[in-house]
Amino acid sequence: MQRWQIGLLKAAVWVACLAPLVLLYLKVRYQIGGFLANPSEEILHTVGKTGLNLLLITLAITPIRTLTKFNVLVRFRRLLGLFSFFYLSLHLIAFIWLDLRFRWDIIIAEIALRPYLTIGMLALLLLIPLAVTSTRGWQRRLGRRWSKLHRLVYPIAILGVWHFWWHGKQASNEPMIYAGILTILLGYRLARSWQRRQARLRASTP
Amino acid sequence: MTHRDNRIKPSEITPVDVFLNRRKLIAGAVAMGLLPACQRNADAAAMPADGEFSDLQSWAASTTEKLSPEQVATSYNNYYEFGTGKEDPGRNAHTLVTDPWSIEVTGEADRLGTFTLEDILAPHTLEERIYRLRCVERWSMVIPWVGFPMGDLLSRFEPRSSAKFVQFFTLADRQQMPGLRSSILDWPYREGLTIEEAMHPLTLAAVGVYGKVLPNQNGAPIRLVVPWKYGYKSIKSIVRIHFTDERPRIATESQREGSWAWQTAWNAYAGNEYGFYSNVNPNRPHPRWSQAVESRLDGSFPTPSIRTEMFNGYAEQVADLYRGLDLIENH
Repeated sequence: MQRWQIGLLKAAVWVACLAPLVLLYLKVRYQIGGFLANPSEEILHTVGKTGLNLLLITLAITPIRTLTKFNVLVRFRRLLGLFSFFYLSLHLIAFIWLDLRFRWDIIIAEIALRPYLTIGMLALLLLIPLAVTSTRGWQRRLGRRWSKLHRLVYPIAILGVWHFWWHGKQASNEPMIYAGILTILLGYRLARSWQRRQARLRASTP
Repeated sequence: MTHRDNRIKPSEITPVDVFLNRRKLIAGAVAMGLLPACQRNADAAAMPADGEFSDLQSWAASTTEKLSPEQVATSYNNYYEFGTGKEDPGRNAHTLVTDPWSIEVTGEADRLGTFTLEDILAPHTLEERIYRLRCVERWSMVIPWVGFPMGDLLSRFEPRSSAKFVQFFTLADRQQMPGLRSSILDWPYREGLTIEEAMHPLTLAAVGVYGKVLPNQNGAPIRLVVPWKYGYKSIKSIVRIHFTDERPRIATESQREGSWAWQTAWNAYAGNEYGFYSNVNPNRPHPRWSQAVESRLDGSFPTPSIRTEMFNGYAEQVADLYRGLDLIENH
């Protein structure tokens, strides 16, 4: 792939990642796309779901890349992961600013007492070291430990989908779809590692 | 889980005439066909042909808080018969046919039968009452309802002293209600009150909002409004009223009774989350969220967060109904 093609692709990824935020702004500010009775809730849910979407897309890069041999994809993994962290941080900010209006006593008690909030918070906290060490410098510095550390993304994704599953009044289909996709993404990795282990065993036994 | 026996002895039941003054009794008798219609009350209520009520009395005790915009109250609804999303009822409920409408009255009362909406409304005087509405999901609105005391209607059916509870049922018609295809709740939607709660002067039979006939998504043509309880108690589009002496069975988390007949819809869905009483109570958190605060959907942004009041601010009027009752256990 040419340098300019990669540049163009990168620009497209930036636009795609920022689009949900722009659309949300237009929706809340100018009611584009319909009247919003509860804009605070719309913001909270949209940024949360966008963050989770991006997390699952980030996890989909490796399987898609190995299946399609479209190796250039891996160049966007860090960017997508950082955007996921960005939206999930906005989700926490919206919870504090819009949902509970800086009522710190209730915010802290809620995060401590409600399991779905505790696991959501835990997922976001675990994302911080991954975001910080996402640079090339840190990757070099940590060496092999870097990939070990970044395997944290698997439990983070499980916690995130679990948080989504648990949050509402009713069981809707949407969290189930997320759980299904996550199962496929993690199942693919389990199957691959099992295959590799089998291959190693075959190679080591004459 | 244990339940205190809080049955009321027949001798303790407030006599019907406390709830019905003489004029209304006569009017009630007219509507029931007991007296000739020429004596019918001059301010007889009916559904307005143009959809807007005129000459509404306004209730003196209405809250003066900022009203939720009409568009908020009519576009953000929980009415699962038309979908589980908040915007779904506004989009889908146009298929609901509200005319003709009738209500079937069954159980422990002397005047049973099926009554048309016209008969139901005729003897009553409609008034506008502005109530707070607190949803269990932690949002709230301030809504001007048009209606009359539910107790005035129930008295006309002459409940017997054995009528300790009143059940209400929503229409469940697959032709009109696409949400029934989902089995998220056991249809029909069911709610219930103790007879004292049902007869309480705050308990409203509503036929309108914002001076207009109820939009379908808000529970047309006639619904219950119980302002001191979480919103799901205020059942919509009522087609049946049943008087019973039976205590509601309370579902525990894992137990979904085969016979749901006397279990309210949300209680059957998750007994530990949605109790029979469902009084607004900031001290009793929902298992998954605090109920100490609420987002007041008053059209402003960011949505204000306010402290939730015991009984949604109606404690002075209703706390007596629950004297001696543990409101955490009996949630």
